[in-house]
Formats: sequence, structure tokens, C-alpha cells
Amino acid sequence: MSTSVVTTALSSSLNRRIGIHPWALALVFASLTLSLPLIVIAGSFLIPAQDIWQHLLRTVLPEYIVNSLVLMLGVGVMTALLGIAPAWLVTMCRFPGSRLLEWALLLPLAVPAYIVAYTYTGILDASGPVQSWLRAITGWSYGEYWFPEIRSMGGAIAMLSFVLYPYVYLISRAAFIGQSICALEVARTLGCGPYKTFFRVALPLARPAIIVGLTLVLMETLADYGTVQYFGIAAFTTGIFRTWFGLGNSAAAAQLSALLMLFIIILIYIEYWSRKQQRYHHTSTRYDALSQEKLKGWSAAIAIIVCGLPVFLGFLIPVGFLIKWALLTYESVVDQQFYILMWNSIALAACAALMATVLALFMAYGKRHYSNPITNSAVNISGMGYAIPGTVIAVGVMLPFAWLDQTIDHLFRTYFDISTGLLLSGTLSALMFAYMVRFLAVALKTVDAGLTKIKPAMDDAGRSLGMKMITLMRRVHMPMLRGSLLTAILLVFVDVLKELPATLILRPFNFNTLAIKAYELANEERLADAACPALAIVLIGIIPVIYLSRSISISRPGHEYST
Amino acid sequence: MIRIKLTASLLSGVLIFAQSIALAAEVNIYSARNEALIKPLLDRFTQQSGTQVNLVTGDADALLKRLEIEGDNSPADLLLTIDVARLQRAQESNLLQPVTSEILINVIPESYRDKEGYWFGLSLRSRVIVYAKDRVNPEQLSSYEALAAPEWKGRICVRSSSHVYNQSLVASLIAHDGIEATEQWAKGLVGNFARPPQGGDRDQIKAVAVGQCDLALVNTYYLGGMLHSELDEEKQAADKVALFWPNQGDRGAHINISGAGITRSARNKTEAIKLLEFMTSDEAQVWYAEQNYEYPIRPGIAIGDTMKQWGEFVADRLNLDQLGQYNAEAVRLMDRAGWK
Repeated sequence: MSTSVVTTALSSSLNRRIGIHPWALALVFASLTLSLPLIVIAGSFLIPAQDIWQHLLRTVLPEYIVNSLVLMLGVGVMTALLGIAPAWLVTMCRFPGSRLLEWALLLPLAVPAYIVAYTYTGILDASGPVQSWLRAITGWSYGEYWFPEIRSMGGAIAMLSFVLYPYVYLISRAAFIGQSICALEVARTLGCGPYKTFFRVALPLARPAIIVGLTLVLMETLADYGTVQYFGIAAFTTGIFRTWFGLGNSAAAAQLSALLMLFIIILIYIEYWSRKQQRYHHTSTRYDALSQEKLKGWSAAIAIIVCGLPVFLGFLIPVGFLIKWALLTYESVVDQQFYILMWNSIALAACAALMATVLALFMAYGKRHYSNPITNSAVNISGMGYAIPGTVIAVGVMLPFAWLDQTIDHLFRTYFDISTGLLLSGTLSALMFAYMVRFLAVALKTVDAGLTKIKPAMDDAGRSLGMKMITLMRRVHMPMLRGSLLTAILLVFVDVLKELPATLILRPFNFNTLAIKAYELANEERLADAACPALAIVLIGIIPVIYLSRSISISRPGHEYST
Repeated sequence: MIRIKLTASLLSGVLIFAQSIALAAEVNIYSARNEALIKPLLDRFTQQSGTQVNLVTGDADALLKRLEIEGDNSPADLLLTIDVARLQRAQESNLLQPVTSEILINVIPESYRDKEGYWFGLSLRSRVIVYAKDRVNPEQLSSYEALAAPEWKGRICVRSSSHVYNQSLVASLIAHDGIEATEQWAKGLVGNFARPPQGGDRDQIKAVAVGQCDLALVNTYYLGGMLHSELDEEKQAADKVALFWPNQGDRGAHINISGAGITRSARNKTEAIKLLEFMTSDEAQVWYAEQNYEYPIRPGIAIGDTMKQWGEFVADRLNLDQLGQYNAEAVRLMDRAGWK
């Protein structure tokens, strides 16, 4: 018996007996590789961290936890408010500016949260233009009037919500667009008014998608360091870095990060549970173009305000001030080097976005077709990195890479008397790997949500027509998934464009990006100088946002048939 | 994905190899000082010596971790930080090696370098009191210790205790006054805060200017940066405050350094030492003072008008080792005192 026969026999018997398909096997392997950094972090519990835990528990840890929970709750509620209503309005109604707002609502996605925090502080702080103007016209001096303190918990919730609501908007809008008009029409014929239709039918139907969006938002909130640190809020991430940098105890910091993972596991479980409660597939095959209701008068004005406010707060105000500052400083900041930064940022983000989306597609399919507890949890685990601060991920990435490098180096020294040095550490491949660990969740959730909408009956129909898996994917799934795939690419692209801590620490020598430039200047408290790179990030981010927004409109069900 | 990664790493490997052939002499730096405040100086060094300088910047502790994980194979030759505690942490973690250089020993005063040559100071940074010109009479001010007095209740602004500048300041107080006295002091100071700690040092100066508080603890060069800012509001704010050198009657104002050490894994030790020597040269020292209003590490360097106006001052002669030694203790103490 030749070996190939044996392996075939073995794999098929594996397949039959335990139900492990090579695809599922590859999936588990990929997610194990991706969770290496997380395993490294969790492994930190094996290292004793002296008496630091006692100190933390007695002094600051309860506050870290409470603050992080309050922050998550606040950001969750506020992003839901800012994201869902506009998504519904631009999908179902037509009013002056609705076309414009439909894509403009995505724009804040391109603005890094800490940049928004710095700009708003510059505007609303006691020494900023708003309060100065207030004092000038009223003659009051500071302390004689009440003004909301921007650097506070409320401020942090607002800042994070302004830039994170697009996740909720984007995903719930895609869900509303994907809803069969029939369900909504039936609701209307049964006597539901527009509000009732929204609350009783459309919202529950879109709930799984909305929860996916909220989970992304909350994970991003947990991982945020820049904003909470600047506002002086003792959140969990502040605690991690304080323990690491201040107390000089990286083991305890890693243990805190592992504790953070517990938060995330709970979050993922809630999401999973809520999706399991109901399975939403449209049972109707009729996908008519949505007929949009024309709004006039007061209702149009309210719709404009509801949809315009998020754009105004999350984009126009911060970007307006960035432009003002950039005009003052561009001559000294924009030089030959600046274009190299732009190119680096774009290339890095594009590579990572494509890689993450392909990987997500592969994993989402694995989960769809070979769904069992092992593959499901493998997929879930590889999405966890999204909520871990980039610096912690970076350390988790460095350790296994360095181990691999050192092993190779050792082998080569022993057998060939050559030192290979560090082959992978300190190269872009380590950085790419870190991006996958950190951002795969975004691509995975988007692609997975897209796949879930394709009901299994379609696969059966395709198969019964003699389609092979590949043909089925190409002819049936791809056209339906196009919107989700583009969304995944865009989200990862913009995320990587803004990403800072992992890039900062893992990059090779002499390799800079716009985000690094903006951060270094802002960190040195040179806000005006930081405006140019920050603005460049926003401008580069806008291009794919607009493109994406258009393709989602085109991907509306019914659209292709009507044109 | 694995294939892409392999190709990418092979490519970058080839690139690095090609680079190292093209330029014989090079030196690799991990720097906690950000690019804008170091690159021009490094370019100047390359011009003069022909040595190529490769730079990665980042947070000091993250860079330390990278150095530690990379171990003997780390490409870094030089670690540059903006506070002495991190240099000491690197030394304690066995990441640095001692070197000798006639020039460095001659120009850098003994208290600003490690005795065995593990690290060398490159510029001085002092943390001082700024006060509102119209509301505070400088005669009311004396020392850091006096800031805990009840007369300053609700009048002091300072940034978070997560920042290393505050940690070093408190470490110096522990070294001088002991843990118990410092903890009492910290509790008194926290009681005098006008608002919860937030923002950066420039934000504290702005808060004093606008009347949120009357005093703030800041590093001097932030005031210099604001006085020459492109933003009018920053300039106006800086004009409303004045600088006070604390503890001039006794030990002197708290001093920290920016500095550097040669890594244990350094392959370009000679070039790295040359670079350090260049950074203590007249040219480089003047540049620090002009670009970032930091005080030269060596006496006798001309400083600009802005810094001249702040006047001469007595600097704390405390052995800088102590700042690193008491850093973790300082953080715990501030946690207990409720300094956020």
C-alpha cells in the first residue's frame, strides 16, 4: 500500500469518524496560530507577580473595572442612538440631503479617536475658543458659570461614540437594506404605522446585525488607551500600562490583560447567545427594491437633524479645526518625507485589509459548512484580539516570533556555523501578523454576518442544480456577499490606517506612518503640528469610505433586477 | 498567508542585507525621544561622519520589552530615553553594557552619568512651578514640600500620576524626605488639586492662565514651546504665567535627564559611542536648547533668550540612580494618596 493511499484512507476515516474535514482542520490551525499572542498573554499567570495584586486590589483595580464598565455602557447606548436611527431613515426615507448623508454618516470612521479627543479639548477646554468667547460676551470669569468638563467620563463616552457609531450605522444599514420588503409590507397591511413597523418588525429583524456592530464598538472601547489616558480616566487599559510602565511589572500587566480577555469572552458569549436565540433568514424569496417614503416639512427637518448631527459632531467639527491648524503649520510639516509616510500608510493598510478579508472568508466558510463546537470556538477565539490594546498584542507577537528566530539561528549556528540573526522579528511580516490578530474580528464579523443572510436553502438549490462548491461560491454567494466583503476591506483598511501602538513598536528601522507622525507630535503636545498628518489620515480614509458606500447602495436587493 | 509572510520577510531580509553592504558604517537606535526631536541631529551626524543611522521610536518601556525579547540578536546598538528611570530599568534588566569614553567622562558632570558607564545624560529637564502672574505673589512660593500647605486648597493643577515626570518628582521626594513624609505630602497635594488630574503639561499651563487654578507643576520646556507656538491662544496663555524655581534655599529644583546607553547586543559599539560623543558636542547641545528649550548637560553652553529670562537656578544634586530606584514605590504611594 502506498503512502498516499494510506493518508487518503486515514483522512477519510478521520472525516467519517470524528467529522474532521481538512478545511476545518486548517481553520483550527489558523486560529491557533492567530491566538498564539493571546495564549502568551494568558500564560503570564504562570509568572509570579509579587505582591502587586494585593496593592492593585486594595487601591485602584475596582475603580478600573467600574470605569471600564461605565464607559462601555455609555458608548454602547450612545452609538446605538447615533447609529441606528439614521441607518433606518436613510434606507427607508428620502429627504433633502439624504443621498449625501447616506455616505457622509460613515466619515467619522476615518478620524482616530484620540485625535477627536485632542481637538474637542482644544475647542471646549476652559482656555479654548468657545469658553473664551462666552467670557468675552458675558464678562464672566472662569468659575462664575457652569460649563461641561470635556475631560471627564462623559467626555470620553462622547468622543469614542462620535467616531465609533459608524460601525453600528454601517452594519444596521446593511441589515435594513437586506430586509425583504415583504415583511415590512405585511406589517404595514396589518395596520402597523411607520414607528410600529420599525420597532416591531425591522428592529428585531436587524437585531443580530446591530449586536455585531455593538460588539465591535465595545471591543474597540475596551482597547482604547489614547482617549482615556488623555482625559485622565482610570480605565482598564490605563491600569495595564500604569502597572507595566510605572510599577515596572510587565508580568502583572500581562495578567491584567488576561483579565481583560475575560471581559471579552463574556461579551462574545452574549453576542453568540443573542444570535442563537433566533435564526433570521428571510423566508420570502421576493426582494423588491425598497420604495422610499418622501419626507416633507417637519418630518424632513427632523430626519435631517437626526442624520446630520452625527456627521457634524464626529466629522465636521474636528476636521474643521484640524484644517484650521493645518493651515498654520503645513509649510513646516509637509515635506518630501510626508509623501513617504502617506505611501507607507496606504500600502500597509491595503495589504492588511486584503489579507484579513481573505482570511475571514476562509474562516467564515469553514464555520458555515463544518460547524461544530471546536470550529466555532476557534473562530471566536481568533476574533478576541480586537479588544486587546495594541501594545499588549505587540508583545504577544514579539515573543513567539523571537522564539522562532532564535531557534532558527541556533540551528544554523550549530550545523552551518552561520548566524541568521532575527529573520522575522522587526520586519513588516511581524507587523502584518499583529494586524491580523488585532483586526481579524472586524473582517470576520462582517463576512460572517453577510454569509448568515444567505439562507442554506439557496445552497441546497444550487447543489441540486449540480453546482459544485466553488461554482456555488462564485455564482451565488459572491454577488450576495460583495457588500460584506467590501465592508470588511474598508473597515480593516481604515482601522490599520489609524492603528498606532502595534505599528509603533513592531515596525522596522526608519519606517514611519502618518499615524505615528500624528501621535508623536500630539504626544509632545504640539497639536497644531499634528494636524497635517491627522488630516492626511482622514483624507485617505474618506476615499474608500465613499467608494464602499456607493457599492452598498448598488448591492441593494432588487437593485440589480431593476437596472 | 504564510507564503506572503515568507516572501515579505525574505524581501526585507534582502533589503537589510543590501543596505548593510552599501554602507559600511551604521548605528541602530531605539529611541523614546520622538523623531522630530532627534532626527535632525542624527542627519547632521551622518553628514559629518558618513555613518548611517537607523531609527525606531516608541514608548520607552515598549522599546525595553522589544530589546529584552530580541535578546542577543537584537539589532539595536543604542537605547535613548527621556528619563533616567528607564535607563536604569534597562541596566537592571541586563540590556545595557558599560563603555568608556574619555570625551563623555570629561564633558558630562559625574552626577549626570552612570559611574560604570552604563548610561550617559544628554540633556537636562527640570520640573518646576508655574504660577498665575496676576493672582500669586512669588514670595508665597518656596518648595515642592510647601505645595501641600492648606493655603493652596483648590488652587493646584497637575497631570496624571501615570506620567513618568510626576513619578520621578515623587521618587526624588521619597529620596530626600522618606516614604512616610512624602505620602503625607502627596495626600496634602491631592487635597489641594483644583480638578482631577488630566491633560498634558501644556494643558496645566493653560488652566493656570484661564484661572482654573493658580499653580501648576510642569517641565520647563513646555512653557518654552508655548511661548513660541504657532497658536495665538497658547502664546497668550504662556504670557500670563511665570516660572518659579522651587527649593532654591536648600537642595535645588528637581532634575531629570534625557540620556542613552549602549545595548548589550550592540554590534556597532564604536559608532554608537561616536554618536554619543557627537550628541554632547557644542553643536548638538545648542540644538537641544534651541529646538526644545532643554538645558545643556554640560556647563558653558550658550542658551537662548527665552531660557535666559527664566534665570539661573540651583539644580538638585541627588544621585539620579535614586529616581529609578524609587519609581515603583512612587507609583504605589500616589495610588494610595488617590493621585489619579
